[in-house]
Amino acid sequence: MSKIQQDITQALECIKSGDTVLVGGFGLIGAPLTLIEGLTERDVTDLTIVSNNLGESGKGLGILLNQNKIKKGIGSYFTSNRDVGDKYQNGEIELELLPQGTLAESLRAGGAGLGGYYTTTGVGTDLAIGKEEREIDGIHYILEKAIRADVALIRAHKADTLGNLVYYKTARNFNPLMATAAKTVIVEVDEIVEAGELDPEEVVTPFIYIDTIVKAQQVLTKEGVVAV
Amino acid sequence: MTVQLSKSEMQHGIAKRVALELAGPCIVNLGIGIPTLVAEYMTEDNIYLHTENGLLGVTDVADEAIDPNLVNAGKLPVGEAVGASFFNSSDSFAMIRGGHVDVAILGALQVDETGVIANWAVPGKNIMGVGGAMDLLVGAKKVFVTMSHTSKDGSSKLLKECTYPITSTRQVDMIFTELAVFKVNAGQLELVDLMPGATIEEVREKTEAAFTE
Repeated sequence: MSKIQQDITQALECIKSGDTVLVGGFGLIGAPLTLIEGLTERDVTDLTIVSNNLGESGKGLGILLNQNKIKKGIGSYFTSNRDVGDKYQNGEIELELLPQGTLAESLRAGGAGLGGYYTTTGVGTDLAIGKEEREIDGIHYILEKAIRADVALIRAHKADTLGNLVYYKTARNFNPLMATAAKTVIVEVDEIVEAGELDPEEVVTPFIYIDTIVKAQQVLTKEGVVAV
Repeated sequence: MTVQLSKSEMQHGIAKRVALELAGPCIVNLGIGIPTLVAEYMTEDNIYLHTENGLLGVTDVADEAIDPNLVNAGKLPVGEAVGASFFNSSDSFAMIRGGHVDVAILGALQVDETGVIANWAVPGKNIMGVGGAMDLLVGAKKVFVTMSHTSKDGSSKLLKECTYPITSTRQVDMIFTELAVFKVNAGQLELVDLMPGATIEEVREKTEAAFTE
């Protein structure tokens, strides 16, 4: 069965209320803007969203936030969207703040079948509160748990028809990690090519991880987000 | 200071002074704000810039060449150097945490007299962003801090103890303000340079932390 899906709503059918959803991107850069827009049109609530940021005010995941569909946000830098602070202040959203490297490594661990890992990052700070501390060969570490999710929404530059992916410049960021860490992975791309057209040496995400491919209808340009 | 500098002049002055401490070959990670300006003053060859969103080999970029998908950690447009590479966020932080980045240049809200910094949260305000600061502090071989010497209300940002939540228990290596440059030696601040126009009296008056001269 083809992984290519023309209908965005159909592609997002698998997302249910209460799901944990990974969303790629560093701000709007490398964010799956078409899939996010599709999600804003779905009637789902109580989502846990794992993403470095919750978009910008009224843009990307910021729209989903303003629709009150997000129960909890897990990320490293919510400051880029001032609405997150207001919602948090009003008790309308739970937040879990992780160092950026910990967020990335927790996704990598989740995708690799690990339960967690010990890291020096955050030791002795407020972000270590409640986390197991352990000394290994004289160095202090804290235990960070892996992150796994129901669905991942990611963005790549090109996919072949099997789902092999290549990325574009700094739009790569969290996307290849999130591709590994969810039960269902949906990717949006600028271009879909035939299997065999991507050089196997250049494939960053092998097709084993990918369930559904859609063509991007929203792209980030110098002038902002535009429909294509 | 007898001469009143604009905020921009002050920031550029600090960035220019930090650049003097960078000698190639080395890999440097620049934080948001004053640290980003350091790139404008680096004269040494063989300094490569790393940005945590996934690029080794950052350069500046001409306006007409701006690509919205090529940015630094501050989401500002950048270019790619000869020999640049792109990688995912986990690889990027493996470079940082794994001790492969030589120097991290960060901003700070406060520094204590042992060189421990606070730069990610303010009590009473929402804790909203930490980014890569904690990772850089545990992983970079050297950490340089840039900041204004005092807060808007005139109070010292070099304190006996940080009143904001600390970013790491690791002590930084050097601190650069518009008034002075300090080195951290065995958990003690040492004044190593006065910035142009600053006097030792002014530094003493505006520094709560103990330091040697």
